[in-house]
Amino acid sequence: MTSTGPERPLDPTFTALPYRRLADAALNRARDFGATHADFRFERLRYQDLTVRDGALEGASDREVLGYAVRVIHQGAWGFASGVTLTEGGAVAVAETALAVAQVATAMTREPVQLAHEPVYDDVTWVSAYEVNPLDVPLADKVALLTEWTGDLLGRGPVQHSTGLLHQVQENKFYADLHGTITTQQRVRIEPEFEVHGTGPAGFDAMRTIAPPVGRGWEYLTGDLRDWRAELEELPTLLEEKLAAPSVEAGRYDLVIHPSNLWLTIHESIGHATELDRALGYEANYAGTSFATPDQLGTLQYGTPVMNVTGDRTVPHGLSTVGFDDEGVAGQQWDIVKDGVLVGYQLDRSMAAANGIERSNGCAYADSPGHIPIQRMANVSLQPAPDGPDTEGLISQVERGIYVVGDKSWSIDMQRYNFQFTGQRFYAIKDGKLAGMLRDVAYQATTTEFWGSMEAVGGPQTWELGGAFNCGKAQPGQVASVSHGCPSALFRDVNILNTTAEAGSQEQ
Amino acid sequence: MATLTPQTLVEQALAATRSDDAVVIVSDTTSANLRWANNTLTTNGVMHDVEVTVIAFQGARSASVSGNVSTLDQLEQLVSSADAAAAAATPASDAAELAGDRASADWDDAPEPTSIGVYDAFAPALGDAFGRAHSEGRILYGFVDHEVTTTYLGSSTGLRLRHVQPTGHYGCTGKDAALTQSAWVGGATRDFADVDAHALDAELARRLAWSQRSVDLPAGRYDTILPPTAVADLMIYAYWQSSARLAHDGQSVYSKPGGGTRIGERIAKESVRLHSDPAYAGLEAAPFVIAPSSSPASSVFDNGLAVEATDWIRDGRLSSLLQTRASAALTGAPATFAVDNLVLDVDGGAGTTEELVAAVERGLLLTCLWYIREVDPQTLLLTGLTRDGVYLVENGEITGAVNNFRFNESPISLLDRFAQASATELSFSREWGDYFSRTATPALRVPDFNMSSVSQAR
Repeated sequence: MTSTGPERPLDPTFTALPYRRLADAALNRARDFGATHADFRFERLRYQDLTVRDGALEGASDREVLGYAVRVIHQGAWGFASGVTLTEGGAVAVAETALAVAQVATAMTREPVQLAHEPVYDDVTWVSAYEVNPLDVPLADKVALLTEWTGDLLGRGPVQHSTGLLHQVQENKFYADLHGTITTQQRVRIEPEFEVHGTGPAGFDAMRTIAPPVGRGWEYLTGDLRDWRAELEELPTLLEEKLAAPSVEAGRYDLVIHPSNLWLTIHESIGHATELDRALGYEANYAGTSFATPDQLGTLQYGTPVMNVTGDRTVPHGLSTVGFDDEGVAGQQWDIVKDGVLVGYQLDRSMAAANGIERSNGCAYADSPGHIPIQRMANVSLQPAPDGPDTEGLISQVERGIYVVGDKSWSIDMQRYNFQFTGQRFYAIKDGKLAGMLRDVAYQATTTEFWGSMEAVGGPQTWELGGAFNCGKAQPGQVASVSHGCPSALFRDVNILNTTAEAGSQEQ
Repeated sequence: MATLTPQTLVEQALAATRSDDAVVIVSDTTSANLRWANNTLTTNGVMHDVEVTVIAFQGARSASVSGNVSTLDQLEQLVSSADAAAAAATPASDAAELAGDRASADWDDAPEPTSIGVYDAFAPALGDAFGRAHSEGRILYGFVDHEVTTTYLGSSTGLRLRHVQPTGHYGCTGKDAALTQSAWVGGATRDFADVDAHALDAELARRLAWSQRSVDLPAGRYDTILPPTAVADLMIYAYWQSSARLAHDGQSVYSKPGGGTRIGERIAKESVRLHSDPAYAGLEAAPFVIAPSSSPASSVFDNGLAVEATDWIRDGRLSSLLQTRASAALTGAPATFAVDNLVLDVDGGAGTTEELVAAVERGLLLTCLWYIREVDPQTLLLTGLTRDGVYLVENGEITGAVNNFRFNESPISLLDRFAQASATELSFSREWGDYFSRTATPALRVPDFNMSSVSQAR
């Protein structure tokens, strides 16, 4: 057995499960039946969610998802089935159901399914980079930390209520296919989030931490990776300033956007737009398609020449980082936008084959053993300028503008053109300097115009890895975690809305 | 080894717990789906899932642990984890007495499954529809899903409740060969006996024909007909945000400035009634609380209590909010538990969407809304987009297809501003229907719907 990742052991409570026997039983049944491809995926996902409010535990829930899936190609059609019975007979029954589904599907499949070639990986393991599995930390220790932090915030300045959330996931996957690839993997991720609420002259509002979710362990909260105390201490003051801030005057402004906000704009307007399954119409009935169609590959001017975007399933601590995807394809890094031009897509094996692309770049993922793998997002990141300025350097280039920090509301249309985002904090910029907070701000733009207005990106010292646990896609719905790295960046002449004015009606 | 029955799982878990009390929820779910794009099937599947939730109670402390269970060893580990977690917990703010002895007459019955066979009639017709659409220059993209969940809820206090919930829905998007026009049809169903693939394709063909004339319109406020599906899109969000606890804490559109909730206050036209009823015909839902974990709008301590028909807005006044017994004590209002369906009725609402259209001199008819997100909780300002069919209405007739728009609107404001309503009918939210499919809503005519900007999406 070969380890391709950091030297950390697989969880013995997972490796004790009977997945190899079940895989043999299911794959042998599919082979005997004449399937041209069959894969078996066994997963255990452990979730723990903690919510605290005003210094007290509000809810603690543990959930474990355990089961397996068989996917076959038979007579050119997909068949998929899943189950939870941990016996060889159960695995054979699931394989037979998948084969029966493929038979039903044959009549509705006009293009036979093919898969791009991938080398065989013979029984390899991969474990993500973390120090302490948060699910191994005593519950009482975690509750004590969260209740102390939220309790300390109560009553400070305008703070009337404080909340804390902690989502933790351990994901184990075993994959085997008829071609001989066998992979076993383990990933850990954690998402802490703290928010304070209060009331001012214009009503209530909230202020939230901007620390991102990460592919790390409990050390993210208790180690030296981030100064949580300082970030929490700042929240009451920031909320007080926001509650007293003037409402923005709608119009066009230059924007300097911090990575804690820009990651989400990248996710929606680049990440989803460069998924080949969307560009080909696979999501047309649900999340939608993409303006970035394959005929424009190599020619579409996505943004200014300072725009360089990569797809990456290998970056340390990324939420979408894996050793191998759910089709047995090794993790890779590649260009999506180069010098402002669209040059690449995110792929799985069937889409690569259908479009004459030699190899998948490893973006197949299923969020549970009960779901079929689909093309999901890699860590899609905007690269910094090697000798770029810091955030203050970008702000100094703005005469009249707004500095945007932290994400909040987001929405984009079904072809990824028109979007609208808000944030946690908005600061007026006057003559190259910050000039106090604003409220009621949303920025609204069209994707290529927005990225075409990006005049400068910050240097590596401004680059941060943001992300989300809850990216939704497909039917039946699946949720995936993904990270997006980016520097601070400067955009010229962007449309700013006043959200209070947007809420007002007009008498006729 | 014989498969464990849900009833056995419940009894064995209750026997194994070392806590003062326990609630055990077993959900047996089978589902079958087909998904297609570009006139061909893309993915499909049949899934079976058995999830057990053990909620352990030790005085005022509680903890919830869930997992997939197929062996007694797995069950014992789950119970042990729940007992340990409850011991480590702090007293819960929603602590209350557990519901007592009550049993369903069908408790001993086996789970009811679905299978790929639910599409025995639909699947061949869909294959035919692909061929017809291809030959007539249409491209079809869609999804059908059917699932049946049988829930068993047992407790150490004597509850033995069972509920069978079939849930199905369908949706199909049609585009012209040039991908410049788009239309959508969709709905909810309990068994797919009423879903005809040929009829779906025919309706898409009719709507795409409306798009032969294309009209570009700018952003602005328009006299707009929101069909029942779009009204469902907006009302579901208003319902999800109606936690009494959050309102009492001053964090939602249902909060009274200075403290407390707006219950009793007029927030909509007097003709408006927004309500839920687990027995509503065609939208039948669980008649008792099923709460695997606590949240601002639900409590594990309320498991098994009867869910009643509830008015959320009555005669235009905010009548109730989502209340646990704990938040009811906080707000001084009765406990009003969440119901898995939602109905909007307008007194005087009559006729169909088409009849509302017939009364419009110049305005817009939407198909559905998408990517709806909250911009401001204080006003419940939502943003989102139109998609798959915005039509120009002139002198009561549909005369062409219009570009898509981004909107910024509050559903609460709309309920106070609409000019006319159709009769309420079973509907299906385009955005939230995969998760909340049991709705009945009218079409609404809004004289000044805020189209904030133009979207190029087609």
